[in-house]
Amino acid sequence: MMEASGLSLLTVILFLPLVGMTIIAAIPEAQGRNIRYTALGFSLVIFALTLVMWASYNPADPGLQMVQRWDWLPTFGVSYFVGVDGVSLLMIVLTGFIMPVAIFASMASHILEERGREKLYYAFLMLLEWAMLGAFMIQDLIVFYIFFEVTLVPMYFLIGIWGSENRVYAAVKFFLYTLAGSVLMLLAILYVGNQAGTFAIPEIIAAVQSGALVFPFSGLFSTQSFLFLGFFIAMAIKVPLWPLHSWLPDAHVQAPTAGSVILAGVLLKLGGYGMIRILLPMFPEASVAWAPVIGVLAVIGIIYGAWVSYAQTDAKKLVAYSSVSHMGFIVLGIFALNSQGIQGSILQMVNHGISTGGLFLVVGMLYERRHTKALDAYGGIWKALPVFGAISLVLTMSSMGLPGLNGFVGEFTILMGTFGSEYLGFFFALFATLGVILAAVYMLYMFQKVFMGELDKEENKHLHGLSWQEYAALVPVVVGCFIIGIYPALFFAPMDSTVGQIVAQVTQFVTTVAAR
Amino acid sequence: MHMDTYPQLVTLVILFPAIGAFINLFVGARLTEKGVSAIATIAASLAFVVSFLLYLYLVNSNYQGAVVNPPLLDGWIQIGDSVVIPWQQRVDTLSVTMMLVVTGIGSLIHMYAAGYMHGDPKYHRFFAYLNMFLAFMLILVTGNNFLMMFVGWEGVGLCSFLLIGFWFDKAKGVGWRNSNAARKAFIVNRVGDFGLLMAIFLIFWTFGTLDYYRPGEVANPELAEGSKYAPVGSPAYLLYQEEHKSETEAPAEGEATPGEHSEAAATTEGATAAEATTTTEGESHAEGAAATEGEAHAEGEAAAEGEEEGHGEPAVVYVNNDHIATEQLGVFGQTERLLHEGEHIVDFGPFSLPFETVLVLITLFMLLGAAGKSAQIPLFVWLPDAMAGPTPVSALIHAATMVTAGVYMMVRANVWYHEAELTSVVVTLVGAGTAIMAGFVAIGQWDIKRVLAYSTVSQLGFMVAAVGVGAYSAAVFHLLTHAFFKALLFLGSGSVIHGVEHGHHLAHGKHGHGHDDHDPHPVHGENAHGHDAHADDHAHDDDFDPQDMRNMGGLWRRMPVTYLTYLIGTLALAGIFPLSGFWSKDEILADSWLIGLEEGALHGYIAFGVLFAAAFLTAFYMWRQIELVFHGKPRTEAARKAPESVWLMTVPLALLAIGSILAGFMQLPRPFFFLDQIFGTYHFVYWMQQSVIHSHAPAFQLGIALLATASALVAIFLARRIYGGEKSLVGEENRDPLESPIWSLANARLYWDEFYNRAFERPFNAMAGFLANTIDQRFWHGYFHNTVIRDGFNAIGEILSKPVDLGVIDGTVNGIGRVTRWLSSKVRLIQAGDVRVYALSLLLGVVVVILVLLLPLLNTGG
Repeated sequence: MMEASGLSLLTVILFLPLVGMTIIAAIPEAQGRNIRYTALGFSLVIFALTLVMWASYNPADPGLQMVQRWDWLPTFGVSYFVGVDGVSLLMIVLTGFIMPVAIFASMASHILEERGREKLYYAFLMLLEWAMLGAFMIQDLIVFYIFFEVTLVPMYFLIGIWGSENRVYAAVKFFLYTLAGSVLMLLAILYVGNQAGTFAIPEIIAAVQSGALVFPFSGLFSTQSFLFLGFFIAMAIKVPLWPLHSWLPDAHVQAPTAGSVILAGVLLKLGGYGMIRILLPMFPEASVAWAPVIGVLAVIGIIYGAWVSYAQTDAKKLVAYSSVSHMGFIVLGIFALNSQGIQGSILQMVNHGISTGGLFLVVGMLYERRHTKALDAYGGIWKALPVFGAISLVLTMSSMGLPGLNGFVGEFTILMGTFGSEYLGFFFALFATLGVILAAVYMLYMFQKVFMGELDKEENKHLHGLSWQEYAALVPVVVGCFIIGIYPALFFAPMDSTVGQIVAQVTQFVTTVAAR
Repeated sequence: MHMDTYPQLVTLVILFPAIGAFINLFVGARLTEKGVSAIATIAASLAFVVSFLLYLYLVNSNYQGAVVNPPLLDGWIQIGDSVVIPWQQRVDTLSVTMMLVVTGIGSLIHMYAAGYMHGDPKYHRFFAYLNMFLAFMLILVTGNNFLMMFVGWEGVGLCSFLLIGFWFDKAKGVGWRNSNAARKAFIVNRVGDFGLLMAIFLIFWTFGTLDYYRPGEVANPELAEGSKYAPVGSPAYLLYQEEHKSETEAPAEGEATPGEHSEAAATTEGATAAEATTTTEGESHAEGAAATEGEAHAEGEAAAEGEEEGHGEPAVVYVNNDHIATEQLGVFGQTERLLHEGEHIVDFGPFSLPFETVLVLITLFMLLGAAGKSAQIPLFVWLPDAMAGPTPVSALIHAATMVTAGVYMMVRANVWYHEAELTSVVVTLVGAGTAIMAGFVAIGQWDIKRVLAYSTVSQLGFMVAAVGVGAYSAAVFHLLTHAFFKALLFLGSGSVIHGVEHGHHLAHGKHGHGHDDHDPHPVHGENAHGHDAHADDHAHDDDFDPQDMRNMGGLWRRMPVTYLTYLIGTLALAGIFPLSGFWSKDEILADSWLIGLEEGALHGYIAFGVLFAAAFLTAFYMWRQIELVFHGKPRTEAARKAPESVWLMTVPLALLAIGSILAGFMQLPRPFFFLDQIFGTYHFVYWMQQSVIHSHAPAFQLGIALLATASALVAIFLARRIYGGEKSLVGEENRDPLESPIWSLANARLYWDEFYNRAFERPFNAMAGFLANTIDQRFWHGYFHNTVIRDGFNAIGEILSKPVDLGVIDGTVNGIGRVTRWLSSKVRLIQAGDVRVYALSLLLGVVVVILVLLLPLLNTGG
């Protein structure tokens, strides 16, 4: 690995949020405006820098780029080690994109006026951005683990302080679930690091691939499989994969709008990202062996999430369960273990971040106006707020996978990958594709309930129009839906070489598995 | 502009309506009605002009199709080299046919809607949606791969959703019902889309591509051997004779007239025979072509070369695709190649299948998609409800264009349907079954639009059945003629509704006619069973339904233009000679009969019998409508005062009526009077053959034609006897004279909706409730989380907090001890006071501390 001299762009991006947090901490609580705009300014600069990073990324090189590595605890083989490749590139950009959106949404929200402590709020947002960027950039297992866990802290407080009625319950539940998973992951990390003599992910993978490091594999229950599961469960909870999803609806329903947007937009992706980054290349045989089992869980999640979503009467809960369904697609694509499935999954993580994040914005804006999330309280809103209705329609369509918008591209490539997968195949694709029907069922149900029908409720007749902050949050999201839908080649291009390498790393062990 | 660059224009055919939609969407609210409708109509008309230019291009380039890359967008979905799906368009005779239908009829309907929608508060949005629909429909028919077709496919579905639910905000629950109808359409279509997606996956993993054709590939390489449908004396025709010389057994029958080339003549005549029997005119053609052929040989060309008569264009070469490697071909070219090469097994990873089986699977999945979009059994139920949309929408989307997408798709894939015999049988049964079922239901309907809706379902059944019996050209032919007369009928019904509603206003002295006042009912339930009896509601507080034919009668006197054009549409639909419906329906019947006769295919006979009966029903229910709406005496004050519609509406009616009369002549199966002098014979099938390999046309079957016409006339006569006269309906409540248990079955629409409600909707909803409440809420939340996880944590916390040695602690401590020893062994190597160790411990510690801090919250928060 190359040691970069000077600061890598990644390091700059990574530590900017901490700088922002410090500055915010120094601003007096009374100057709310300064606090808000500092946070906004930092998030916009960070987003711009992530775009610079994308522009300077070389798609032909499958390995890590813009690497920076400093020894931290050489004795343990722990180092500060950042780098970006085709898997993490879009995740970093997504984080950069979602943050300003979430901040605009916060600026338009009344919750901060009600509950106060604006300084703390924006400081937590900055801390959260730092942790998320770190988790996507860091290439050292121990430090990755730390960032993975640190994301919990600000999110816990965002839900716990600025959430709805049941916020404490939801916050604790969120924390417990994710922490429970990561304890197992920590054990697995310690074991792997101990065996490998290093915690640097690329070095461990190289050792595994060259045969220098062997995690014995002899079936679904063997050393490698246990290590695999140690990581997998943590990731699966984060995703969340059925049946580990029950923290998600609570967390979403109770979280403030910005919290939901970030949770759906970025945090859930940590799980999918971790699977691609760590599980597949580090435990290829276990990945292959477990693929059908995980595929079944993913397909159940797709259908179950959609079906349960349809029964909801609370708009936010409906969107939350739709996440369970969508994230099922993502896990399914990853364990198709071919480039179509994995690239589709990476893109779908971005898509889900944008569309579901957007839907949470929509629900949040409705809540701002009517102080209820019950579907029955609405009806005919399209007539009251025509532009808002149109934007919501685009997001609804994006979420249910209308071709020409982003969601379709991801879903389609995932399903195609699943269909052509050596390990999943026809029936997985068949049942997962049923989810496409169900998506129309629940999304249109919500859209009709809220936006169509007669505008018959008095309190809905005089809703105030969108503020500029709300437009600033929604418009980029909608534009993103169109860009990815019409020209996804742009987004697939940087993944090609890296994902191709990962697929090769997995498949070179297939013959070994098949022989057994 | 050189003609070679014409295909590039195809991008514009999408762009014009898309731009129109954007303008109206964003600034339409600030424009006048005239401005809005002008923009939309001009956008549609420009698309028509482009389509027509493309038509000219094809005619002048010997019908060779082209693949066009749009400017700017060089790719769409691209994953390495393994998945390459471009934005790419196809210009060939099939796509141009569809373009002409969509933009031509679309333009007329835009014009009509300009009058019809007058006064609607969402006028600009309506036209934006209509333009958007055109753009998506044109993506559907011009895309060069299945995924682009799917983009259009779902896009038109979205527009259909928006337009069915256009009046979503009506008072008294009507808006809710309209939006229900819209949602139903989308969801039912999604079931079909599921099939289409599965088909697309199969196609991709079988062929490695989704492209129909690659640039430079010839759609129908068989034309390198000429065509028997080509105009007599044209190079392609002579080449055909040349190629089939060896098959010549006997000179043609004596009845062969100059210039004729009925199938018998074409297949049996050799070049010499032709020369012997043709007139001097024919001879001169033959000589000319012979000369051309000589040249071709001289130039070493494998195929013949010829020039378009009278155009003086450069000679065009007939080629095949033999020089292209299999994997470089589009899906259809590959199919032909693979079938030609014999046994082929397709490997799908976990399993593999014979190529023929794969084709059956692909075509069956595609049929499911077609059943959704083209409203076939079992997915047709959305279409009758879709009449909730404004009438121009019913005409454009739900009669003339969008609903034919399924037929278009199957014809596009004729290579596969031709090969998959099992599918052919299924397709035939689905189509014929739908045709007769919907025809039967139409007899029992009172709503003027609903009759037409079921009629559309029925006619789509004709087209699908035509695909099933292999009559691809006839299917598109019927699609085309049907687009004319069904659009005409719908627009006519709109004119009637408009008039009756106006009459109602006049009769009741109401003013301020708001245009959006009439409400097509998504669930129209005037039947005796009351399962969906609707509260009638037209923003007026009375129960008058301007779509109910019982409220009409005698309108011919008040609305002469509407009446006359409606009559033409009815006769065309009923298949009366020489209107367009006669020719297209007859070709389907003849083809079904002949495939039974010649290939002994049972489904051919079945299709013939069932479609014959359906055609009888068609004539019957249409004439019933004529009697109830236009003849007899007005049954309400509204009908007595109904005025004729404005010229914006009647002009399109007249134009469509002319189309309904003439459209059939583009495919004359034999000379008729002077007609073939003008229109030629077999014109359409020759045109279709350029892009649809398995196009063929049966020789004219006089017996079938006579029989079908007679049956239609009998049906009309019967309808006239039953519904004609002064007092056609029975009693005060205007009951149908045919009322009986069987008629009630038709009236209740065979209880399809009720059946689906019981069989799918209710169990689905019940299951959703069960999953959400019992499984998710009570088990996963209530038990798994609250009991297993939370209480588990609490229990551990309890144990840890009590200084009691339970053995567990021993184990834990031992474990921790081991980890500590390992850690300290490492730690010892580090210099004391190393900041980095503290940092790490700190971060790990933070996590642990927070956990401990949070534990007490469990009891309060949970």
